[in-house]
Amino acid sequence: MEDDSGSLKILIADDNETDRMILQAIVKKQGHAVVTASDGLEAVERFIEDQPELILLDALMPNMDGFEAARRIKELAGEDLVPIIFLTSLKDAESLAKCLEAGGDDFLSKPYNRIILQAKINAFRRMRNMHLTLQQQRDQIVIHNEHLLHEQETAKAVFDNVAHSGCLDSPNIKYLLSPLAVFNGDVLLAARKPSGGMHVLLGDYTGHGLPAAIGAMPMAEIFYALTSKGFTVEEIIKEINSKLKNILPTGVFCCACMLDIEFREREMKVWIGGLPSCVLYRSETEERIELASNHLPLGVLSSDQFKVKMQVFEVSEGDRVFMWSDGIHEARNDQDVMFGEDRLMDVFDQCKRPDQLFDDIQHSVEKFLGEAQRDDDITLVEVRIPNEEEVEELPEETIDVSDKGPMDWFLDYRLNPMSLKYFNPLPFVLQLITEVPGLRRCSGQVYTILAELFSNALEHGVLKLDSALKKNPQGFSEYYDLRSKRLENLEDGFVEFQLEHIPTDTGGQLTVVISDSGDGFDHQAKIKTDGNVQYCGRGIPLISTLCRSITYQGVGNKVEVVFEWHYQQTGS
Amino acid sequence: MAIVSSLDAGTGELTIKVKGRFDFSAHQEFRDAYEKVDSVPGLYLVDMAETTYLDSSALGMLLLLRDHAGGDSAQIKIANCNSDVKKILTISNFEQLFDID
Repeated sequence: MEDDSGSLKILIADDNETDRMILQAIVKKQGHAVVTASDGLEAVERFIEDQPELILLDALMPNMDGFEAARRIKELAGEDLVPIIFLTSLKDAESLAKCLEAGGDDFLSKPYNRIILQAKINAFRRMRNMHLTLQQQRDQIVIHNEHLLHEQETAKAVFDNVAHSGCLDSPNIKYLLSPLAVFNGDVLLAARKPSGGMHVLLGDYTGHGLPAAIGAMPMAEIFYALTSKGFTVEEIIKEINSKLKNILPTGVFCCACMLDIEFREREMKVWIGGLPSCVLYRSETEERIELASNHLPLGVLSSDQFKVKMQVFEVSEGDRVFMWSDGIHEARNDQDVMFGEDRLMDVFDQCKRPDQLFDDIQHSVEKFLGEAQRDDDITLVEVRIPNEEEVEELPEETIDVSDKGPMDWFLDYRLNPMSLKYFNPLPFVLQLITEVPGLRRCSGQVYTILAELFSNALEHGVLKLDSALKKNPQGFSEYYDLRSKRLENLEDGFVEFQLEHIPTDTGGQLTVVISDSGDGFDHQAKIKTDGNVQYCGRGIPLISTLCRSITYQGVGNKVEVVFEWHYQQTGS
Repeated sequence: MAIVSSLDAGTGELTIKVKGRFDFSAHQEFRDAYEKVDSVPGLYLVDMAETTYLDSSALGMLLLLRDHAGGDSAQIKIANCNSDVKKILTISNFEQLFDID
């Protein structure tokens, strides 16, 4: 260790006693401490025992010459800088060069000049200090880096708990997402809707590391909470945009694609902002439909400027949607050529079997990148429209149920034009109903039926839309355009909920009456003809033991649904 | 990557030219180009004639410029984009916020 005055411990190795004494005197006069050795072997031993900081080494010594001693000492010193100054009477350039090649840092020729020796010692002392500083800084960086990695692991654990896998493990979803993708800004979320359908959200945040991961957490919370409560995809995207706009600094945003799939309705809505075009691949026609980004990324526009324009499609069993972040397009091979969108679309065009598309895309990228490159920065998702049986089998999410809550109550809730335009009452009504302990576990079924009846009341009753319009592909988007337009221009009309819950001996009974200002329909005739009450042209199975009855009243603009639930047996 | 800027005192237009790859390494220079000016520009022109590539951090920098220049009232033109750059701006729908050529 050096003390404050900057004095060093210097080893002087020379077989000539006189020379040793002269050097010792010069060095001590400069204020340094000295240890001595009289041959190469002793020099190495002295180095090990006394740990000198600088060495004056005679090139030619018995037992072991200076060159070998220098080699061993440098090896022992390892990473530390212990300057070696060779002492030599040789004057020719080759011999002097040899000293440096042998591991020496400098040489000093006889006769020894005191001033030159002292100057060289000072120079090497500066160099040693610089070297030590660099080592300390390097060590600090290593420690900080370890802390950062540890922080990232902790953040990842928190994120995983918040994001949890939702229903990403559903059999109709395939995905490629590296374990640390969140630190590349990539987030993939999927959740079942209470009505049975599914929301899937792929996000790509700007930036890397913790800042990218932090933005993902509020987004995941909103996504899961609002999806489970029955909020619509439009409402969820708006809420996420709003949140991100508030919390992310200017210039940080999230490119995203969100899917809303209604299995029973066979409908899909897509929101894309900032991600490269996704693909809807029709299984029957093998048609590839590109869904292009038509919004700014999330977190850029304020709520009042943020307008949602969903792309709506009818989908059939086996159709597949492919989503990706730009990692695939930007992947470069060793000629620095990007994979690009054209190559990606080619994979679809050359597809032989739709169920292999996912693997085909992956292989195509791997092949393009070549052996050396890793493709674990790629994020790729395939969502397939499942068939009926699969839908029934999809896992439901379990909810904690406490056994106390409101058992006897009545609510009358009427929505007039402004409310119908700007507010979706379903989450609120569902929330109210699921406060009843026995109904919480049936929230999916309750929601499905309420959503269907409310939609009928609003669309057929108040807006006077004809569901027959939805039967053909063009009619489909026409229907939704007409719906938007009529809703926007709505001046008169209402939809009213009347809810009542009473306890029974074995559980409880909920009655819901939904009425609207429309003209109704000839419900008597309908039931007589096909014996099964149809909604929107598609029947909902009434086999649920929960729904005791559904009856239309008056001219058909009023419908009453009765639900019954029973306390579960213990141990069931 | 290099940033060259010039302020036209007569029209009050600040032209910022980005040469090469417009990515995170341009961050400080780009910012200095519009912050360290003698007089406040009235309008901005980002000249991409020599810009080869744009990544998401560049998009972020453009948003920062817009914020600095007054947000919704900012007058910013992005000109001379090559097809790659244009494509990225189109996917992000930046024509909703900037005047793109």
